[in-house]
Amino acid sequence: MRYVDEYRDAGLVKGVLEEIRRTVIRPWVVMEICGGQTHAILRYGLDELLPPEIELVHGPGCPVCVTPLQLIDQALAIASLPEVIFTSYGDMLRVPGSHQDLFSIRAAGGQVRVVYSPLDAVKIAQENPDKQVVFFAIGFETTAPANVMSVIQAKTLGLKNYSILVSHVCVPPAMETILGSPLNRVQGFLAAGHVCTVMGYWQYLSIAEKYRVPIVVTGFEPLDLAHGLLMAVRQLEEGRCEVENAYPRAVTQPGNQAAQAMIDRVFQPCDRHWRGIGRIPMSGWGLRPEFADFDAEKRFQVGHIQTQESKLCISGEILQGLKKPTQCPAFGKQCTPSTPLGATMVSSEGACSAYYRYGRNQ
Amino acid sequence: MDEEQTLQFEGAACPLPLTHKDQIVIGHGSGGRMTHELVQTVFFPRFKNDLLQAGNDAALARLPSTAGVQGRLAISTDSHIVHPLFFPGGDIGRLAVCGTVNDVSMLGAEPLYLTAGFILEEGLSIETLTRVVDSMHQAAEEAGVQIVAGDTKVVERGKADGIFINTSGVGWVPEGRTIGGDQARPGDVVLVSGTIGDHGIAVLSARGELGFQADVASDVAPLNHMIRSLLESAPHTHVLRDPTRGGLATTLNEIAQQSQVCIQLEEGTIPVHPTVQAACEMLGFDPLYIANEGKLVAIVPSGEAEAALAALHRHPYGSRAVLIGTVLPQPQRRVLLRTPFGGSRILDLLAGELLPRIC
Amino acid sequence: MCLGVPGKIIELYTSATLHMAKVDFGGVIRETCVEALPEAKVGDYTIVHAGFALTLLSEEEAQITLAALRELAELQDDPDFDGLPSGKPYPGNTSVSGLN
Repeated sequence: MRYVDEYRDAGLVKGVLEEIRRTVIRPWVVMEICGGQTHAILRYGLDELLPPEIELVHGPGCPVCVTPLQLIDQALAIASLPEVIFTSYGDMLRVPGSHQDLFSIRAAGGQVRVVYSPLDAVKIAQENPDKQVVFFAIGFETTAPANVMSVIQAKTLGLKNYSILVSHVCVPPAMETILGSPLNRVQGFLAAGHVCTVMGYWQYLSIAEKYRVPIVVTGFEPLDLAHGLLMAVRQLEEGRCEVENAYPRAVTQPGNQAAQAMIDRVFQPCDRHWRGIGRIPMSGWGLRPEFADFDAEKRFQVGHIQTQESKLCISGEILQGLKKPTQCPAFGKQCTPSTPLGATMVSSEGACSAYYRYGRNQ
Repeated sequence: MDEEQTLQFEGAACPLPLTHKDQIVIGHGSGGRMTHELVQTVFFPRFKNDLLQAGNDAALARLPSTAGVQGRLAISTDSHIVHPLFFPGGDIGRLAVCGTVNDVSMLGAEPLYLTAGFILEEGLSIETLTRVVDSMHQAAEEAGVQIVAGDTKVVERGKADGIFINTSGVGWVPEGRTIGGDQARPGDVVLVSGTIGDHGIAVLSARGELGFQADVASDVAPLNHMIRSLLESAPHTHVLRDPTRGGLATTLNEIAQQSQVCIQLEEGTIPVHPTVQAACEMLGFDPLYIANEGKLVAIVPSGEAEAALAALHRHPYGSRAVLIGTVLPQPQRRVLLRTPFGGSRILDLLAGELLPRIC
Repeated sequence: MCLGVPGKIIELYTSATLHMAKVDFGGVIRETCVEALPEAKVGDYTIVHAGFALTLLSEEEAQITLAALRELAELQDDPDFDGLPSGKPYPGNTSVSGLN
């Protein structure tokens, strides 16, 4: 595959890893924000090939993991309604709510369908005018253009039976929250490459300056990850704290302005609750008032659902890089991918799931 | 109220653990861990006997001594619910015949007779049914088996997705042949007969729910003739299995469990059709977990590896056979995958349903 | 959060007022929304996420990155080599005050 195979070249990856080994002198803690990057690192065994001085910690870049339990319960309530066809990205189906998940709703007769794109959900709405089609619009900035496009399209088509349940979160506020914590150990960041294709990386300049941390925009193939790490380690050893771009074939500093305009037309910043972390002000997006008709939370009046989060798993601490999955007493015992206790184990991008699947439980 | 963006860590937060132990959910049919658990907790305790619990693709049964013959009967059954009924490379009928022919053959048996039970949905066109049955006839001819008993039921519209087919098969294993999931030994090598993931992706593409078109055909095929040649050239073959639902990874995990060994694969050697690879990249799937219906895994003593590969290569269904790994003594019951970068990872059983992802 | 795959635009069209493209991902074709890429042309490569094209891939940047990393890998094989001198610009390095 073009633009993929070249970045999986074992010889090149080994070359970069070797250079990392030559460069690193002191111990450093580097966080990769994106769950997709976590998984790629573990899948290719890159973390095992890094020198021991480098500790990789995994950030809260998994929208499935950080979607609050309350919102999941609201989603399940909506999905149970007989007039609703509930559509979702595949990732969300396994996440447990307080008592059920979307699989059990489906088994009980609810209509739950996996879609690859929210535009497919809009098509389903067109094809089923007597049903209410709801799309579970989770995601970071990467997914926002697709999610808002579905609303724009539904409005253009005059559809009255399409709505979205929004759980959008943004990366920069999460980074600031982590860096601002007195418990913070992170000294450098690998920024999420595909978030940056949309948003650019101008937002990170002030973060790098304020907290004195290097931030390197990084892709997802093994060569991209190794390259991003090399640039981060270089900066750390040299005492620089700049924003650099290790994914220039896909990312520019301003990002995709047309996509940003589209997002701005439909969404506005709002406070968001990050599961396991807490409420981070202005850390997410919600629908603007002029698009309130498409807000599933309003249309189905599930705002009254209150949820009791129980205190057993340490997903929250893992999401902030304070702990590793292997430090959790439940990991691999009570909590496994088939009996998950927390979202980090359920999501295919969650750190715990990655650790379990790719066998870091020794 | 603290206005700064300092961490208000709310402590550990998680829901009650989910147990799908009260009702069947779609993941129970995936062939992975959930399916295994269902079988272990509901079926095995009640259908308790050694033949069943050996856990192979078919059961091996001796005839009563009054029959006066050595050798064993291989018996298997499979139900087919695939949707759509027709897909590139095959259809539910071909699948129904080949699936059971293959299950029986994986014990080293010569497949002989099949039964076929049909559950038909009210409203199904007879023309469609005829096409399916024609296809079964062709597959049976190719395999050299006869369909000798059958049954037909009709259910109301909406209760059966067109057609459901169950096939059962019997075959004969000559005396002295012991092929099964518990026979892998350290020092053996692992072969696969061709590219993996073709069937699953072909069906997904044909279903159209994820909106992609892939020029991939299902590999559904009867493998008994190829297996006969293989066993002539490599008579000490230890394990044969077809990696159907749950994929290659699940199948190898089952074998590693049964044989109490470690199976180590070299990622770079596993053959995947480029289009299947591309579809998996796009959807976030791993080809190692996708169903195959015309492939086999063979675990043979290293001394017979070359002969085994040569035999597979001589057959059209095995032209891309390749050595993909070895059997080690430790760590027991684990499947490991070595990446081209020198790292390695554990390959686990498929948990539940395979889902496309955005992350 | 970011399963984005590169694919080649093989056709552009409009469907229900949306600008769409048929994108070929190494043999798999999927229709993709290109509303955010008004400059997209047939033959361009793009990163697609959830059925939406996010950016066009720059062949030039790709080549610069690969060339520099290949050079790095070759230098590793040189017995006289003991690490790149500090200050040498790395591929893709855009400084804080930099242009896009």
